[in-house]
Amino acid sequence: MLSSGIMQRAFLEAIVLGLACGPLGVWILLLRRAYAAESLSHAMLPGLVIAALAGIPLLLGAAGGVLVAAAGIALVARDARAGGDIGVAVVVSGLFGLGGILALSPDTPPRLGELLFGDLLGLTNGDLLAAAALALGVLAALAVAYRPLAATAFARHSARSLGVRPARTDLALLVLLALTTVAAVQGLGNLLLVALILAPAATALNLATRLPAILALAAALAALAGVAGLVVSYQLDIAAGASVALAAVIVASFGLLKPKLDMA
Amino acid sequence: MNVAATDLRGGYARGSDVLGGVTFAVAPGEIAAVLGPNGGGKTTLFRALLGELPYRTGAVTLAGRPAYVPQTDDARLDFPVSAHDVALMGAYGRTPWYRRVARADRERADAALARVGLADRAQARFGTLSGGQRQRVLIARALVQDSPVLLLDEPLSGVDRPSAVQIERLFGELQAEGRTLLVATHDVGQARAWPRVLCLNHGPVAFGAPAETLTTAVLRATYGDELVVLDGAGQAVTVSHHHHGHAH
Repeated sequence: MLSSGIMQRAFLEAIVLGLACGPLGVWILLLRRAYAAESLSHAMLPGLVIAALAGIPLLLGAAGGVLVAAAGIALVARDARAGGDIGVAVVVSGLFGLGGILALSPDTPPRLGELLFGDLLGLTNGDLLAAAALALGVLAALAVAYRPLAATAFARHSARSLGVRPARTDLALLVLLALTTVAAVQGLGNLLLVALILAPAATALNLATRLPAILALAAALAALAGVAGLVVSYQLDIAAGASVALAAVIVASFGLLKPKLDMA
Repeated sequence: MNVAATDLRGGYARGSDVLGGVTFAVAPGEIAAVLGPNGGGKTTLFRALLGELPYRTGAVTLAGRPAYVPQTDDARLDFPVSAHDVALMGAYGRTPWYRRVARADRERADAALARVGLADRAQARFGTLSGGQRQRVLIARALVQDSPVLLLDEPLSGVDRPSAVQIERLFGELQAEGRTLLVATHDVGQARAWPRVLCLNHGPVAFGAPAETLTTAVLRATYGDELVVLDGAGQAVTVSHHHHGHAH
């Protein structure tokens, strides 16, 4: 299974992405941004399709798509009648629809499935390197941002008095989310990558009691889900990205069966 | 003066100041009660002093960045930290982003928890502590900040008796160290026990020593139509204040 370069790259990509997605997901859940995570990844579809049409790297398309989505959400949220969640819903549905129209037009190469569900087995060395660089950058940034994130998530209204800026911290987390989304989209796909961000994090939050342990556990579980999903997909000959997403959700389900322990 | 404000005006929205010209000055080693109804401007004043809320006019003098103790419901119960972790957050402001929190600060966090009587609960998860214990952990966090000025938002409301005793004793110690405490409260009895009181109700009502300041007229102006109970001498002793601001 590991003899082919294709599978080696797929395993490395799944592990690297898991290591970044797990801890990021913990912060996303602690700062209650699960909806933003789901939305940002969907909203980049037009960017991906345009990149596929123009024959430029998907990574660039994803980056452009996320930027347009973020700008659109910020713009709509400024209208008091719409507000935060509605703004996100409107912009994301609109962009996803636009992506669908573009993807289903006769001129588009038949790659919609690949964009939506990822293609872990179609990665080049360059793809892997770019994803790894982004993922490691996200991990490093999360380590640096640990204290502001903790102070903001724990008690937002008193974070300023500790020298932390909650609004800036929120923004930084969304930027890291966007970077992770861009890094993961090629391997896991636009629809599935959220599973690897949120499911292992939810499990880790239930299984461990202290923040450092939770972050480490989420990274390990996400990497494990990536590897397990790939093995299953190889053995049963089913889609790789979908197997990884399912593995992440199965891991999460087991974790959620355990009642929460308090460290009294 | 450790904390002073001159004609401080400002608030949440343009054209409707919550703070309408607040002037006061509190010396080192003094505790000032900030008295007023909910929505009267206590928290707004604190936010202005913390630099979170730009004020329109006026001036603020502060001896260093104040430490702020929020109401316990600002802190999340499901957040995965121990009491020690929370106390340690007091050191975040002086820790450069590329450094770990210093060992000396870890020791300070232990010492602060011991000072609020929670040395044995240092490793307990914050969310498992009682309301009074959580309030003391948040005070320990402010102690680690080691600021000359502490702003405390209703630190004694809804707190169990042992916690309240411990907190009041600590206030005395902090006073003796020359620190200045501004304590938001709606309890007039408490306010009488401290050297200074600032009455706020959408603007300054009065500031001074409680004996001269807390007259019936001032309390009426502070609390408006809320109930004022008079004792035999015709002096206001209690203001019945509904915490959630329901109509009586």
